[in-house]
Amino acid sequence: MGKFQLITKGIIKENPTFVLLLGMCPTLATTTSAINGMSMGLATMFVLILSNIVISAIAAYIPDKVRIPSYIVVIATFVTLLQFIMQAYTPAVYETLGLFIPLIVVNCIVLGRAEAFANKNSVVDSALDGIGIGLGFTCSLTLLGLVREMLGSGSAFGFKFIEGDGILAFVLAPGAFLALAYLIVIFKKLTSKKAE
Amino acid sequence: MAEFAIMFISAIFVNNILLSQFLGVCPFLGVSNKLSTAAGMSMAVCFVITLATVVTYLLNMLLVALGLEFLQTISFILVIAALVQMVEIVLKKISPSLYSALGIFLPLITTNCAVLGVALTVVTKDFNLGQAAWYAFSTSLGFGLAMVLFAGLREQLALNDVPKAFKGIPIALVTASLLAMAFMGFSGLV
Repeated sequence: MGKFQLITKGIIKENPTFVLLLGMCPTLATTTSAINGMSMGLATMFVLILSNIVISAIAAYIPDKVRIPSYIVVIATFVTLLQFIMQAYTPAVYETLGLFIPLIVVNCIVLGRAEAFANKNSVVDSALDGIGIGLGFTCSLTLLGLVREMLGSGSAFGFKFIEGDGILAFVLAPGAFLALAYLIVIFKKLTSKKAE
Repeated sequence: MAEFAIMFISAIFVNNILLSQFLGVCPFLGVSNKLSTAAGMSMAVCFVITLATVVTYLLNMLLVALGLEFLQTISFILVIAALVQMVEIVLKKISPSLYSALGIFLPLITTNCAVLGVALTVVTKDFNLGQAAWYAFSTSLGFGLAMVLFAGLREQLALNDVPKAFKGIPIALVTASLLAMAFMGFSGLV
């Protein structure tokens, strides 16, 4: 697989949200607006790239039996680092995303990539994989956030384009499930046509 | 007493962990195909959340005393992972029947974000130990309720003719959306 493909596969073929259906909790909870979705995606991408790099570098020295706890420690370290950085430079974003920043530790995408990719590939490939999957996650979260924001409050990236209120339910819980369901269906339709 | 009752109702119906806080959605979608597995998973989660919250609550007191609050995330997840392992070993020894009912779900629970989520929520609120344990217990009951309801719906859904593109997860998400809408009716109750 070429280096370029490592980056692009995460966006369509192995899209973590719409195809692999991983990391559903932050996907549903933080996509109340496009900006929030994008920040969550970027935060996850940060942890994903760094943990992929470190895990691929040290994988050979970790005994097989304790590999999962070791990966979790590596991931948790970077999440703590991310918490400090966000508290210092983007306190407002940190406030909005709240609980879901520390919960990146248990995001199955990060641990899943460590187990499925980083521990048997080179450092460079793992970094590229982290960028690719991270980009895919960020794109899908931004898209889902954008759809919910447009329907729910009639704005896009914070700019209002219709007067008055939108359909409030789309900002709340039911809309999250519904919007995600329809996006998955559209994604399935588009990708299955391409394959034929 | 009234305070405990309000916390109970609020955690189960109003702020349902799955349908309004979105914690633990992975098992919610993953193991809700059959009512019996969903019930087993809910019981295991209930047990682990309550236990883990009590332990991490005490651990947090230690961390605060030492001025090491920034280690919360990393220490909580390790404690939860260790705890789940321990529960598995102990259950195997003292109650094989319970182990065979909950056993297969236990390893999955470590990465269930509901457990870490509740543990981290509790320490940000001013709860004493009793309140923390009660909050964790009520929240996990809410998880169980949503899980069992959802599994029941999905069992019915499996018999229906669903458009091809909606098969599997998408239709489950639509169902979850309707269930979340039903639970929205409880908002403002307490």
